[in-house]
This record gives sequence, structure tokens and C-alpha cells, in this order.
Amino acid sequence: MTRAAFGALLSHWWRNPLQLFTLLAGLALATGLWSGVQAINAEARASYDAAASTLDEGRYDRLVARDGGAFAQDNYIALRRAGWQVSPMVTGDLNGVRLIGLDALTAPSGMGPVSLGGGTDLGAFLTGSAQVFANAATAARLDGVEVLIADDLANDTAVADIGTAQALLGREGLIDSLLVMPDQPVGLPALGEVAPDLTMQAAQGGTDIAGLTDSFHLNLTAFGLLSFAVGIFIVHGAIGLAFEQRRGMVRTLRALGVPLNRLIGLMLAELLVFALVAGVIGVALGYVIAALLLPDVAATLRGLYGADVSGNLQLRPVWWLSGLGIAFAGTLIAGGSALWGISKMPLLAAAQPRALAMAAGRRARWQLVVALVLLALAAVLVFTADGLVAGFAMLGALLIGAAFALPPVLNAVLAFASARAKGVTAQWFWADTRQQLPGLSLALMALMLAIAANVGVSTMVSSFRLTFTGFLDQRLASELYVSTDSAEQTAALISYAETEGVAVLPIQSADVQIAGHPAEVFGTRDHATYRDNWQFLQSSAGAWDATFAGQAVVINEQLARRAGLALGDPVTFGSVTLPVAGIYGDYGNPVGQVVLVEDVFATEFPHVVARQFGLRISGDVGDFVNDLTAATGIGAGQTIDQAGIKAVSLAIFERTFTVTTALNILTLAVAGFAILMSLLTLAAMRVPQLAPAWAMGMTRAALGRLELLRAVMLAVLTAVLALPLGLALAWVLLAVVNVAAFGWQLPMYLFPLDYARLGGFALVAAVLAAGWPAWRLARTPPGDLLKVFANER
Amino acid sequence: MCYFNGMTLLTVDNLSKTYATADGPFAVLRGVSMTLEAGESLALTGESGSGKSTLLHLIGGLDRPDAGSILLQGQDIARLDDAGRAALRRGTVGVVFQQFNLIPSLKIADNIAFQARLAGRHDADWCAVLADRMGLTDHLRKYPEQLSGGQQQRVAIARTLAPRPALVLADEPTGNLDEGTAATVMDMMLELVAETGAGLLMVTHSQALAGRLQRRLHLRAGQVA
Repeated sequence: MTRAAFGALLSHWWRNPLQLFTLLAGLALATGLWSGVQAINAEARASYDAAASTLDEGRYDRLVARDGGAFAQDNYIALRRAGWQVSPMVTGDLNGVRLIGLDALTAPSGMGPVSLGGGTDLGAFLTGSAQVFANAATAARLDGVEVLIADDLANDTAVADIGTAQALLGREGLIDSLLVMPDQPVGLPALGEVAPDLTMQAAQGGTDIAGLTDSFHLNLTAFGLLSFAVGIFIVHGAIGLAFEQRRGMVRTLRALGVPLNRLIGLMLAELLVFALVAGVIGVALGYVIAALLLPDVAATLRGLYGADVSGNLQLRPVWWLSGLGIAFAGTLIAGGSALWGISKMPLLAAAQPRALAMAAGRRARWQLVVALVLLALAAVLVFTADGLVAGFAMLGALLIGAAFALPPVLNAVLAFASARAKGVTAQWFWADTRQQLPGLSLALMALMLAIAANVGVSTMVSSFRLTFTGFLDQRLASELYVSTDSAEQTAALISYAETEGVAVLPIQSADVQIAGHPAEVFGTRDHATYRDNWQFLQSSAGAWDATFAGQAVVINEQLARRAGLALGDPVTFGSVTLPVAGIYGDYGNPVGQVVLVEDVFATEFPHVVARQFGLRISGDVGDFVNDLTAATGIGAGQTIDQAGIKAVSLAIFERTFTVTTALNILTLAVAGFAILMSLLTLAAMRVPQLAPAWAMGMTRAALGRLELLRAVMLAVLTAVLALPLGLALAWVLLAVVNVAAFGWQLPMYLFPLDYARLGGFALVAAVLAAGWPAWRLARTPPGDLLKVFANER
Repeated sequence: MCYFNGMTLLTVDNLSKTYATADGPFAVLRGVSMTLEAGESLALTGESGSGKSTLLHLIGGLDRPDAGSILLQGQDIARLDDAGRAALRRGTVGVVFQQFNLIPSLKIADNIAFQARLAGRHDADWCAVLADRMGLTDHLRKYPEQLSGGQQQRVAIARTLAPRPALVLADEPTGNLDEGTAATVMDMMLELVAETGAGLLMVTHSQALAGRLQRRLHLRAGQVA
């Protein structure tokens, strides 16, 4: 019995391959987009983990030389003898690989080779027998060095005993820094007494790589979910239609003696088989998507956060399992209501040819209620949301609520048009369009979500780009930036610049903690550059005057938000306490900043010597650099002109959003696919509806044209409704999610031309999707149309 | 399975069924009693709404009575659960519907064999005989939509007889067919049912068709008239 019944159920798909293709393709595309994003995330996270295991020094306070250079090993010995729990570290470049030398005995647990697994000859490592650890890709670049493979290590990084590293780097007896263990004995002598040339550098705390990049991954995950939701709308439509069409078969099977429970079980098994097949295809598709996007993601993370992601994709269980899991979950979500309906369907229910439309009509009311509830929830969250989770909850409520509200809104618009239609063809067209709406509503919802996501994300990206370009113009006001190697070079630069009448603006900073948050303090020279170019988000009158008079500081938005600082609030670091006179936008910077006048800076941080300078040049920058090189020996390699910096910065941010742009295009393509499949599936059901119009004198070509016009008109209406939704999405991303994830808010700009172009794309997608079904309909053989009127159909 | 003409195949005793309607409860059957011998054919007649189809559905295990008993081969159908009634429909009772109720995605050959396969009593030779006798041999590789209404009903009859049921229930089997086709289909069905020795209970509005069966039972307002 089971075999025969299962065979009968499966025969439906054999006879309706297009429906099967829609179901599998929709599910595979949804799974593919989801697992592709998960693959990228998993790869990036694995890279961070590897980085964390070897580069975790940022977690600890460090002792470094006041001049920022290496220092003698004697300092380490003196500190250890004085009871300081410190561990030496040296780093350097070896064939383009960052070589880290550690002392395995004193290094914090979990760092470097101490934590490495099999194959590590700890004894040899401890005795400094030239063991160097690196992953396979990195090891290949270390010619002439005996390397043990440790796949857990980050890319471009090798770890060795400090003695080995010093030898390989040619820096015997020198140390770059000393890691300070969190637990130190009481009664230690002061650092200044034991090692006066060293200074304490605070741990980076909240600015670690994983924390920063989490927000980026959260955005990616949100897009993955959105794409998956679009796919699920397709799957839901395909399953719903297939189950609707099989109601008669289900009744027959039950009448012929297949028990209901067995039938439900078989249909569930059937769905799970499809989920498995589509899931496997989707995971493979996700692998391809991830492989194509990962190089850009890697570049983005490297550019934006300095995080190193390998760019090579591995088949990690975490994402392909999640891909399969989401395929099964999506299928069950999409098929659950259909199975429930079958389980509750009376055996003797009368045949309902318009069951789909009637069921949609019954659903419309509660769907509208759910939509209103979700939109109300989103409205409440606008005023109460605080943090990423609430921000994404608001996004979810807004998008799903709007999607649910679409069919009733479209129905109202069509009813309005129908009531005002003149001429019999127009009246029929509007009435027939209303009848088609239930069958197309899922695809139109998918289209609306896709367009809204495109509008929202492109608004965010474009706003970001516009703001950032303005920010670069503001912050990179100097025409030339110069780095010096020594105090002599610095003196020569300043002397030469004075003779040329060029203003020199030192760039000098120190790391501090403000209200428990890491921050950078910049010592700035009083110059019109700052007054003329820096734009404050908030400022008190004469902010720069007060700052350059040593009576106030200005801070960036990140520090203001994290430390809860407002204008007039005091900022304290070291012995300095000054009020905040202004808050400036500092886009893309994860760290808090304080700007104060250079005199106060020099008093508080006497050991910091400026090695970078901005120069305000009125003439030709190239000529100035040539003359500077001739006069001071400062090479062109030590100078960067403003245009170069801007170009590099903009290039980084252009790549930042390559991934989201690619996902946007894919999502729109999936929505176009949904329309195509819905129209193709509905085409067979259209014949009985169109046959009377044909019989009454409309040509098949005219019917085909009206079909095309109908699809395009619905797509245009959907696109118009998607625009405000997309703008609301952008606002949530910029004003809520961005603040929670990055710590700063972006101004929102509107880009009507972009939206018009997007509307054009949606129109093209609709025309392409509707063209084929309309063409097929226009070529329907008269015999098929006549069958509608024959008793024997 | 072996049946002996003259033995009581079906005993319906004091059967009642009430449906809830918008206007309140509606008693479709009110204490209907009847019997059917093995190999006997009985026509159920009556006006629309008299309860003919409901009685057929209850006997076929498609629905449950509110009161009374239905003994089929000594087993009370009214006491069976869903699985028990499904088993009854698979193997003991065959139903021919007015709307044919073929499986549109299965070929004619598979449709004919389908119920026998469900019952675990598939006999390819017998199915071939049924197809031949019903004039369907040339259509076995076609799908239902490619056949006329008369041909589809013949497929439905062959499907019903394929597992050799003890009782055949037919709900206006020729209601959708023209007069000529209906007569042909009825001839074929009566002949084959008689050959299998199954009992036949047929709902019909046609007095002519009812006259061709051995006995007639007329229902009026849910009661035997």
C-alpha cells in the first residue's frame, strides 16, 4: 500500500515537472544564498580564531620602549628579577611573513605554539632548536627555514621560540615588547625604577577584531536571512499550489483506503526528500557563491578592520550543516500549513475548482490583521529599540508586516481601478487581475522584499559613500603627508618647510583609557586647517578657540557614544581634565579619539615624538617633493599626497560593499525567478479563464499582450509600494543597526536616480519573467481553448 | 476470496445520520434498515436529499453514522476507527464515483491496478482481462485527461473490480455520461460484477437503470419508503 500510494503522490511531480523545478529551484536558491553567506562567515570566523590563537597579544597590557623601537633583553631580565610577571616578544618580517618570537615558558596560556596540538616538539621548541610553526600556505613562503605545519595558525604568520626568531630576524638580544600577565604579585617595584625606558601600553579591550567584524557578519547574516525569506516565499507558493492541485488525488487516495496518517506521513517524507535534494544543491550553490564573493569579503575585512581572512574556502561542517538544516526548516515552514490543511480536509469535501482563490480570500483577513500587528510592533520599536537585536527585530517586523499587507493593498488599488474602468476590455482586465492576485501574491511579496532590500541597502551604501567622501575631504585637508625616520630628518623637514612658507601640522598620538574605553589622544597644532575643514556634529561656540587655548578638547562620535559624553562633560586621561567643546563624525574608525592642543599633549606625553606631518602646500605637490628630497634626503617613498590617500581610502570602501551589492542582485534575480515560476505554473489554470474572453472575440495575441501588461503593472505597483518600505529599511539600518554595530550614526541621503534605475531593473525582471508565459498563452492552440466548453474536458 | 450467492453480505440496522447546517441540525438518515445478499444487485433510488448518497458513504466507510450498525461480512463498520475503515475501503468495498476520481498523474494501466496494489492483491492477468473487457487495451499508456468521460468511467469501474471486492458501491456512475454511453458502461459493469460474485449497491436517479438491477430500495426523507 505504502509503495503504491507514494508512487501515486510522486507521479504528480512527474506530470508537473515545472512545479517540481520551481519547488526545488526555489528551495535550492534560498538555501544557496543562506549557506553562501554562512560559508563566508564561517571562513572569516575561523580566520579570526586562528588569529586569536597567535595574535592575542592585544588582550594584554604591554611594556614597550618609549621611542616605540626595540629594547635590550636586559630590561626583561631586570623586570623578572624584580618579580614582574612579563613575557618577551619579538616580531618582524621574514619573506613577507610576520614572524612572532615567544618564550613558551612565560607566554600566556593559549598563545602560539604552547597551545598547538600534535606534531609540536615542545622540548625542541623550548631549547630553541629552530622550530618554526606556520600553516601550509605560509610555510611555502619560508624557504630555507625548517617549518612545522600547524593549520590552526593565521595566514601570513609564523611562530617560533624567541631565540630562534631573534636569530632569523637578525635581532639578537632585542625585544619589541613585554606582555604583562593580568595577575601580578603585590608589592612590585614601580616600572620607572626597574626599566625607566619602558612604558605601559594598555590592552586593546573592546576593539578586538572579532568584536568589530561581528557587526559586518551580522549584516551578512541579515542579508542571508532576507534572501532565504524571499526563497521561502517561492517554496511556499510552489508547495501550496501543488497541494491545492492534489486535493482531489488526496481525497481519492483516502476513498480508496489509504489511512490519513499514512498519507500525511508520506507527504511529509516526500517534502523531506525534496528538502534533502534541494538542500544539497543549495549547499553546492552556496559554495560557488561564497567562493566567488570570498575574495572581496577578505579584502573588505582586511581594509575595514585589518582582519586577515584567508580568501580560500573550506568545506566546513558548520555552514553546510546549517544550509541543510535551513533547507529542512524552510520546507517544513512552507509545507506545514499545507500539510495541516490536508490533515483537516474532510474526506467527503466537495470539489472546489477555485479552492486556491477561496482559500486566499479566507486568509486575507487574518493576514491583514497579522500585518497590522507587525507594523504596529515595528512602530513601537522605532521609539524603544536599543541595540542590534531590537534593531533586527524591528527590521523583521517591518518587512514581514509590509509583505503581508501587500495583497490587501494591491487588491484595494485594483478595486479602485476596476470601479473606474471604462470599456468592456478594461473592466474585464481589472476584474481578471483581481482574480489572479491570490495566485501571484507570494511572488509579488518576494519581489517587494527584494526591491525594498535593494532600496534600503543601496541607500545605506550611497549615504555612507557620500558621507565618507565628505569626511575624507575634511580630514585629509593637507596636500602632502610626510613620515620621517629620525629626529634629524624631522628637524630638517620643519626647517625646510619654514623656508618655503609651508605650514607643518604634526600628527602625534598616544593610547589612553577614557571612562574604561580605549582611545587615542591627538596633539594638534593651532591652524586654520582645522577651523576651515572639520565639521562638528555638535559643538559649543568657539570650540576650536577653546581647544587651541588648552581649555577644552574635541572628541569623535564613537567616544561620545561609548563613554556617554556630551558637550561640556569633562574628559579625563592622565593628569588632564578638560571639557568637551565639540563632537565630530569619524566614520569607519572603531576607536575613540580626543583632539587637544599640542602644548598640553607634549606636557602629558613628553615621550611621544611626532614622526608624521601634514603639510599645507599652495604650489605643485610634485615639485615640492622633489625639492624636499634634494634638500633633506627625505625620499618620495616617505611622502603621500592627499589624492593618493583618498583614492586608497575610497577603494577600500568601494570593496566594502561589493558583497552586499552582489547579494542584492542575487536577491532580485531570485524574486524575478519567483514571478516567472508563478506565471508559468498559473498559465495552465489560465486557459479556462481566458477561453470565454477568446470565444467572445478577443484574439489570442491580445490576450497574451494583456497577460504581459498585467504582470508588468503588478510589478510596477509592487515596486512603488516597495520604495517607502526600502527607505524605512535604510533608516533602520542607518539610525539603529549602524549605531548599535559600529557606534556611529550616518546621515541619510536620498538617491532618486538610483531608485528609478532599480525600478527599471524590476520592470525588466518582470517583463522577462512574464514574457515567456504570455507568449505561450498567446500561442495556446484553439483546440485547448475549445476543450473548456466541451463536456468531456 | 470466495463468496456464496444467497449468503447475507450486508446488514444495515436502524442507521441514523444528522448533519449540522446553517439552519440547524438536519437528519439525513432516520433509522434506515436493509440487507444485501452476496451476488445481489440493489438500486437505491429517491429524490435529491433523500439520503441515498449518505447511506452509500456510510456503508463504504467514508463517513460514520450517529447511530445504528452496518454489518459487512459480519463486521460492524460503524465501530471501526479511521485506519479500520481505510482497510475496509482498500480490500472489501469498492466505490465507483460519479466524478470518476481517477488519479490524473497515473497512466490508465496504473490507475486500473492502483486499488489492487493498495489492497496487496494485484493480479496483472486479471487487470489485463478487465482492461480488455472494458475496451481500454489501446489506452493503457494514456493519461486520464486524454480519455473521454465514458472511457474514464470504465477505467474507474475496472479499478474498483481489480482487487475483487466483496461489495461494489456505485454513486450514480453514469450521471455524467450521455444516454448511449451510459448504457454501454452499465452493461459492462453489471456483467463484470456478476462474474466476480460481488454484491452491488447502486445509487441512481434513472428508473431505467434501477429496473436492470435485481432489487430496488426507495428512500424518502431519510427513511425507507
